[in-house]
Formats: sequence, C-alpha cells, structure tokens
Amino acid sequence: MNLHEYQAKQLFADYGLPVSEGYAVDTADQAVEAAEKIGGTRWVVKVQVHAGGRGKAGGVKLADSLDEVRDFADQWIGKRLVTFQTDENGQPVSKIYVESCTDIATELYLGAVVDRGTRRVVFMASTEGGVEIEQVAEDTPDKILKTMIDPFVGPQPYQGRDLAFKLGLEGKQVQQFSSLFMGLAKLFHELDCSLLEINPLVITEKGDVHCLDAKVNIDGNALYRQKPIEAMRDLSQEDGREAQADEFNLNYVALDGNIGCMVNGAGLAMGTMDLVKLHGGNPANFLDVGGGATKEAVGEAFKIILSDDSVKAVLINIFGGIVSCATIAEGIIGAVQEVGVTVPVVVRFEGNNSELGRQALKESGLNIIPGESLVDAAEKAVAAAGGSK
Amino acid sequence: MSILIDSDTKVICQGFTGGQGTLHSEQAIAYGTKLVGGVTPGKGRTQHLGLPVFDTVADAVSNTGATASVIYVPAGFCKDSILEALEAGIELIVCITEGIPTLDMLAVKARLEVSRSRMIGPNCPGVITPGACKIGIMPGDIHLPGKVGIVSRSGTLTYEAVKQTTDRGFGQSTCVGIGGDPIPGSHFIDILSLFEEDPATEAIVMVGEIGGTAEEEAAAFIKENVTKPVVGYIAGVTAPPGKRMGHAGAIIAGGKGTADDKFAALNDAGVRTVRSLAEIGDALAEVTGWT
Repeated sequence: MNLHEYQAKQLFADYGLPVSEGYAVDTADQAVEAAEKIGGTRWVVKVQVHAGGRGKAGGVKLADSLDEVRDFADQWIGKRLVTFQTDENGQPVSKIYVESCTDIATELYLGAVVDRGTRRVVFMASTEGGVEIEQVAEDTPDKILKTMIDPFVGPQPYQGRDLAFKLGLEGKQVQQFSSLFMGLAKLFHELDCSLLEINPLVITEKGDVHCLDAKVNIDGNALYRQKPIEAMRDLSQEDGREAQADEFNLNYVALDGNIGCMVNGAGLAMGTMDLVKLHGGNPANFLDVGGGATKEAVGEAFKIILSDDSVKAVLINIFGGIVSCATIAEGIIGAVQEVGVTVPVVVRFEGNNSELGRQALKESGLNIIPGESLVDAAEKAVAAAGGSK
Repeated sequence: MSILIDSDTKVICQGFTGGQGTLHSEQAIAYGTKLVGGVTPGKGRTQHLGLPVFDTVADAVSNTGATASVIYVPAGFCKDSILEALEAGIELIVCITEGIPTLDMLAVKARLEVSRSRMIGPNCPGVITPGACKIGIMPGDIHLPGKVGIVSRSGTLTYEAVKQTTDRGFGQSTCVGIGGDPIPGSHFIDILSLFEEDPATEAIVMVGEIGGTAEEEAAAFIKENVTKPVVGYIAGVTAPPGKRMGHAGAIIAGGKGTADDKFAALNDAGVRTVRSLAEIGDALAEVTGWT
C-alpha cells in the first residue's frame, strides 16, 4: 500500500526524524492559512499524489508570496497530475502540502527495501541525491552504498556511521545521520514497510541532516496488524476497478486490450495472458480469482471485467485445485443472469469438478463457448474478440 | 525413489482441526499419505479424523515420530507455527498459507538458514510424490507416478505441467510448488539439486514467473550442475511493469527480472524453453525422445 508524502512525513515526525513543518490542505484558503501559520516569506507547495516525478511535471513549486501559494492551490486542487510514472490520465490531486522552505547545501539519497536476493532489509545511500537514482544505479553502481540489517540483532549505529563517513559527512552530521538510519530501520520494521525512500535527503546550509521528501510503501499482507496505517489508504489514487476487486480479495490489473481474462492463480493468469498474446489477441486485464474463490467473488469478478467497455470477449481459464469448477460455474451463471452479457464468453475448465462445471454451463442454456484445451480456448477467445491483429 | 517425501514419510498437520486443515487432511488420508496426527493448541488428547491431536508440535513429534509438517494456520500465525515446527526438529515444513507478512518470512528464513529443517512455501500448493504421499492442496487425481520432476512458483501452473506430463504417460517423480512469495523457504536451486541426485527423476520441468532473479540463479546452477534434460517456462512475458512509487526496488534488482531476461538465461544454460505453457509436454518429449 502506498502512502502520500504528507502521511509519510507524519510517520517520520512520530519517530523523531528531521522533517520540515508542513500541513496538508484541501483548499486554497487553507493553503494560505497554513503558509501564514508556518511563517516566513518562502514556502514549498507540493501536490499529493501516489507517483514520482512530481517536480518535473510541475507539481512542486517554490512560492515567494502568499498569492503564489494560493495560485498553486487553485491551479492544482481538483485537477490531475501526469508524470512519467502515471498513465496518460494522471493521478487526481485532492490535497496540497504546504511546507517551510529549506536552504539546501547538498543533496543525498537514502532508501531501504526488502531485498529478495539477500533475504534481508537493505539500506542504500548515495551522494547522487535529488536525481533519478535508478540511472545512477545503472551507470555508476559503485555510487550506491549498501548495508544489510541482520535479522537477529537488528540495525546497529555503526552501520549508520559507516554510511555517513562514506557519504563524506562530517562533525555532527555523522551522529545525525546515524540516528536517522536507526530511526528509519525501526520504522521499517515496526510499520511493516516494503520500501522507504528519502530523495533527496539534504544537508542544510546550517549543516544539518534533513528529510526533504519521504516515500513509504507498506506490505499489504501486514495491514491486518497496522490498523492506523490502513486507515491512511487513499482510494482515489487507485484504479477504481482494482480497488473494487481488492474488496473481494480479487487481484485485478487493468490493461489496454479487449479480451477480459478471469483465471485462478497469479501464475496461470499471467500464462493465460501470454497465450492470448501468442495467438494474436490482446488481454484487457489480469485477474486472479485466487485459490479459494467463492461464488460471490466470481460473480463480482465478472462484473468488474464487463464494466470495462473495451472488452469484446471474455476468456475464463480455471484449473481447479482447491476451488471447484462447479462453484465457478455457479458464479458465472449467476453473474451472466444478473448483469446480462452481450459479449462472447469462452470457458475452459480443468481439474477439480471440471466435468460438473462444464455440465452446469451447458445446462444453463446460456451462450457460453466451451474451450476444449488451453490453446483451443485462447484461439476461440481471440476469434470472438474480432480476430488476430 | 523421489525427493523430499515418499510412502513412509510420517506427516502431521498444524491447524489440523480448522476448516482448511480438516478438508485437506481428509483428502491426504484418502490419497494414502501417512498422516499420523495434528496440532491444535488447547485440543491436545482429543481425536480428529480418527487421529490424535496434540497441543504442541514437540508433543506430536515425540509421540508419532513425524518428520514432516503441513501448515494451514492463518497468515498472521504462520511465523509462530513455522518456528515451532523448526524448533521441534521437523525436517520438512510445508506451509500452504498465502498472505504472510514479508518481514515475518524474512525472520523465518534467517532461522531456516541456520537450522537443519527445510521449508517449502509459503503461498504454495505443497509437495506430492504421486501414488505415495500428498502434502498440500493439489488435486491428487491429475497426477501419475513417473519420471518427471516438476518445480514451480505457481500453483495452478504446476497443475498445467502435471496434466501435460500425465496425459502423455510420462508421470511425475515429485512435484514441488515453492510458492510465489518474494521470500520463499526453498528456492529453485534447492529443488533442482535434489532432482539431479534422484534416480527416479529423468527429466525436469521448471516453471518460473517474472520478478526477482531466482530463475537467473537457477539457470546458472543448471549450467554447472544439472545433467538431466530441463524444460523451462516463464509466465508474464506480456505483464506490464507494475506501478511504483519509489525506485529502491528497481535499484536492487539492477534492471533484472523480466521474462525475456529469464528466458535468455535459461536458454544459455541449455534449458529447452517454451513460450506457450501449452507446449511443456511436447518440449519434454522432444528433449527426452520419449513417445
């Protein structure tokens, strides 16, 4: 689950980490009020969306007057921001973050992630902050410093000091950086993070270590024990159908093709999409109904697929393991009768109760095309959607 | 022969009296698995499905001599259950549950690395040696005792590979679902090395997915250590890159993990790869000369 910058910074503040004074606001009037409350003559105003690349897209501004704060808020609230990380429609802007301005001497990078390869939480730091860190990692991998957290003893201050010295920090900055490292490692662990990123982490003109940006991703599997974090979820930043699917424990990702896919298991769902493409078609979505799909979930999955106007055919591929094909058949029949389906539906059942499932579909009298095999089902779906392109 | 489990393997079930535990234990017993009891804290000294229930894994082990355990407890309790099994000296821990917090698995994996236990899963269908022992949620009837070892990150893709090897009469020595989580208990390499040493396994099917670099590591291992024919399939060629907020994941992956990278690495290691999951059986026939 993604958090907004203002939410991440609130968490940072809760952990005593150095962030600027700032307020998230919903209107231009509130933005001006926030700037007055902060005081001074310069502020940073930032749109709050779940996407990187905000600066380049015009979503971050240095405001030199209250009028500029107001204009920025007027310009963005209620609009959508398009960055290189969003799709062409962009992300809706409903909040602006107004923050005190920091004088920057140096920009650094600090991040942490669960690394599959080493099976450890890995912290990364670099002197190349404020820029596209991915590019740095690719062009000059030696500029990315790394340290691993030992799962038995946890983070140690020397690891922070070591990074600090390698980053060229001096004097009080070493201690400040080490404290920041320890605090972030604690936050990562206690809040079940999957990713933390501060880009840029800056050294101010006064020589202090300061977090100018904050990105936090939380492990979706751990939300059951992170209730306050779960409450921070902003559904407006998520695809509507994806959020709806999530409610029924369905895993849905919208794509730009015209063949709606409903499959059980993430691997088979990807494999089915690959097969559709291999036979000249284009999948409209990835949808995994999961291992323990209920009749209701299948019905809901069907509705989500059909709510996409570009869908010209539906391919259902179920290999029953835990889930019975008879259950899936009931769900399909119920959904087709309830919402009415005008596009062709191809169904391939295999495994647990597949014969019963096929029988049920046949006896329903509905216009459902049986797929005899994987390839047969994919070919029929591609043909039904208007043929190979 | 087979790997990991055979008809003599004594198995217990953690979460035995729950819905999932009951359902799949019944099916395992029907399949012929030597299920010798189960664990549900607080229900010790009772019976369930005609088998003894114990309060702790240690009790179950000392009373039954079980060497394998299958875990069906809810995700939030898995870390505790896995570590309990490990502490009790269970050699093979199979965790079916999906949705375990990643940091829980990180801690579990660190303990596994310094223990003698082996873990399969989580978020997996389990392990089956057809005709001998079934530990997990896979439908038993699609399997056939035989000579192909199957290892896969995906449950239902494993079933596809199984079906194709059954339909052609090749059968399976053992099928292992290592699970789709970022931090699995066992990796491809662990299972590939067992298949290489197993006389009953004459060819190997490896089913991977995009993300991470486990397939690339497996390819390097195969190149050096595996002499048996291997057929490889990777799901997710058409999957677009996920939406993301930060860059830390991409940095750590070093730009690796796409399906094309994985196919290239496997091809380079001499693996016969297939781009269509429907062609696994045909490719096996081709590399082995079996008819």
